[in-house]
Amino acid sequence: MADTTAGQMLTTADGRPLKQALARAQRRSRLRAIGLVAPLLVFIVVTFIVPIGQMLHRSFHNEGFTVHTDIGSGTRTPIMTDLAAWFDDNPRGVEPDEAAFSALRDGLVHLGELRAAGSAGTRINYGYAGSRSMFTKAARRADKLEPPYRDAFLDLDEQWGDPELWSVMRNATSSYTVDFYLAAVDLERNPEGAVAAVDENRQVYVKLFVRTLFLSVLITFLTFVLAYPIAHLLATLPLRYSNLLMIFVLLPFWTSLLVRTTSWMVLLQGQGVVNDALVGIGILADENRLQMMYNQVGTVVAMTHILLPFMVLPLYSVMRPINPSYVRAARSLGATSWTAFRRIYFPQTVPGIGAGALLVFILSVGYYITPALVGGADGQLISNLIAFHMQRSLNWSLAAALAAILLAGVLILYWLYDRLVGIDNLKLG
Amino acid sequence: MTSEDLNDGFVVFDRVQKSYDGETLVVKDLNLSIGKGEFLTMLGPSGSGKTTCLMMLAGFETATHGEILLGGKPINDIPPHKRGIGMVFQNYALFPHMTVGENLSFPLEVRGLGKSEREAKIMRALEMVQMGAFVNRRPAQLSGGQQQRIALARALVFEPELVLMDEPLGALDKQLREHMQFEITRLAHDLGITTVYVTHDQTEALTMSDRVAVFDDGRIQQLDPPAVLYEEPKNSFVAQFIGENNTLVGEVVEMHADKCVVRLDDGEIFDAKPVNVTRVGDKTRVSIRPERVEYNPDRLPEGAHTLHAEVLEFIYMGDIFRTRLRVAGNDEFIVKTRNAPDQVRLEPGAQIEIGWLPQDCRALDA
Repeated sequence: MADTTAGQMLTTADGRPLKQALARAQRRSRLRAIGLVAPLLVFIVVTFIVPIGQMLHRSFHNEGFTVHTDIGSGTRTPIMTDLAAWFDDNPRGVEPDEAAFSALRDGLVHLGELRAAGSAGTRINYGYAGSRSMFTKAARRADKLEPPYRDAFLDLDEQWGDPELWSVMRNATSSYTVDFYLAAVDLERNPEGAVAAVDENRQVYVKLFVRTLFLSVLITFLTFVLAYPIAHLLATLPLRYSNLLMIFVLLPFWTSLLVRTTSWMVLLQGQGVVNDALVGIGILADENRLQMMYNQVGTVVAMTHILLPFMVLPLYSVMRPINPSYVRAARSLGATSWTAFRRIYFPQTVPGIGAGALLVFILSVGYYITPALVGGADGQLISNLIAFHMQRSLNWSLAAALAAILLAGVLILYWLYDRLVGIDNLKLG
Repeated sequence: MTSEDLNDGFVVFDRVQKSYDGETLVVKDLNLSIGKGEFLTMLGPSGSGKTTCLMMLAGFETATHGEILLGGKPINDIPPHKRGIGMVFQNYALFPHMTVGENLSFPLEVRGLGKSEREAKIMRALEMVQMGAFVNRRPAQLSGGQQQRIALARALVFEPELVLMDEPLGALDKQLREHMQFEITRLAHDLGITTVYVTHDQTEALTMSDRVAVFDDGRIQQLDPPAVLYEEPKNSFVAQFIGENNTLVGEVVEMHADKCVVRLDDGEIFDAKPVNVTRVGDKTRVSIRPERVEYNPDRLPEGAHTLHAEVLEFIYMGDIFRTRLRVAGNDEFIVKTRNAPDQVRLEPGAQIEIGWLPQDCRALDA
């Protein structure tokens, strides 16, 4: 430009720097934009990011055996400090000596005063079944115990001498631990400190992760198979018919999840509609009624139905704008209808398939209500176990570790999807 | 048209009817024979059945009644992919997930051609439309005109004998459209391909075609070369639809072999050529092209009837002048004159006499 030489700053007509003028001119609209977004941002931070962060923190941080927090006053008191010191001085493999039992006794006396034996025992109970009652019992009698403490403890309960119990206590004396992650994948630290698989009859989580993954893939595939023709029909029908059909697709969304799941129970149970019909028309003998409930079949059937709209909608949204002239062009160029579908139509629907599959898969990996109601023992998913640890066993750290693994798995899949298909190709409708 | 014509044609529609709902006919009794190498345009307003005819020919719609023959063989039961007809679509229908080269390769791949043969044909087709440098581009990276060329190349790459074009230039701007009109006709003639072209743009139809079939109401109203169509429209619809046209409504008062006298509603009379009026007393719509109207009395033939007119508006359009007149109560009577140095520029408000040669003034159906 003629009036701006190199190196000279651009200015407005009245001599102010152009950048400054631009920033000022845009400040108002920028502030307004921030103002509009702020409520949602705050909401998300408070209700989503902070709780999830806390939960994730809990998965590797548990103070059950290190700090007691008084519920009323919120005072934090370190507990089991002597025992922790003994563990620090004595590496793994050292038999607990009199000093160790003495430290244990002091700690239990302290716990008794704080009325915290239960919660500390619970922490140990995670790794050593039955130890909670040992702790409460020992804490009640701790101040009456006479040295030598080792024999006194063994008098109370033989198990106080178990090296495994001591290993668990050693691990619990540090607040930060990976024990819960180990437990979440059926591993534990044996008394020698090495990581090893837990007994075969206690291995549940890996099996459940695998089952969750398998059922989710199966459900995703089934929804795809069912949704693709429906979406195609919706996309090709004249608008007034397709709108009517769309209502049928969306109807499940407007019905309570519980109602839908329980209606599947009505249909699938032993004395249910499907079995009655099959027996009625003579395909099935009365004594051979099919077991379609409280097993994986129930979970798969009900979840496929419930998640179907999440596959139909993204597919529909990519199919609707595909001009029918593409397939016609392919046909006129000499392709059979199958070739035209395979090479022209199908590739254009891939973004919708990706979006639908991702959506259904992520939802089903974390699905809870339906498997809880119709899954029985066989059709439970990992989320049911997470709920169990949240509500029944109150082992929140383990629940958090399981959830964190699930989250990591989903994130990895998301990343893979981005690498393979590209997240900007995602069309959710 | 005689039945002999029908049997000779490369593409023949024999008494074809089409209905979508079983209640109304979209195409009513269509008989049409297209010669080999001919460029035939189906012209008509939307809903006139022209696109339906094209779709029946391509195989995407089935004829409700009648037979369509291609090269003498009935093709009603042949699926579209076996007809070997090239087709260019209104929106080009280039496959968005394929490059230009892959788009052109598609018809060759489904025909099982080898790689080297495919590449040679692709390059030849692309050179033909001057798009050789774009073989690796995606359709989305091309302009409308370039996409149009690729669509054309794709329809031609497998060397079909018949190419169908469904309003292929509709989405282009005026200049590009005119350029492409020229290129399409040149290609079609150079390659000797039979072309059926559908459009609602009459300029396109006139400039490109060997013959034009004017469609309305599911029938062919007139099938003739462009010049005949423009100068000798067979009925009011064709006269109105093709080119600009002045219409005067009146009644036949005298009838001769090649001349009739028409009296307008306000009593003025003039000469016209009878086309589809047969006897005195027939109501008629008389059609005169705006450029055939003459207001210079020296140029009118001896004894020609003239009409009184009032100038309402004079529009300067560069190459021509467009003058709007009031003639016999019709406010939309247009006269077009060439912008020549000696041309008179009429002032609004002027009272003039206008006339024309009797053969330029056609008395059509009312």
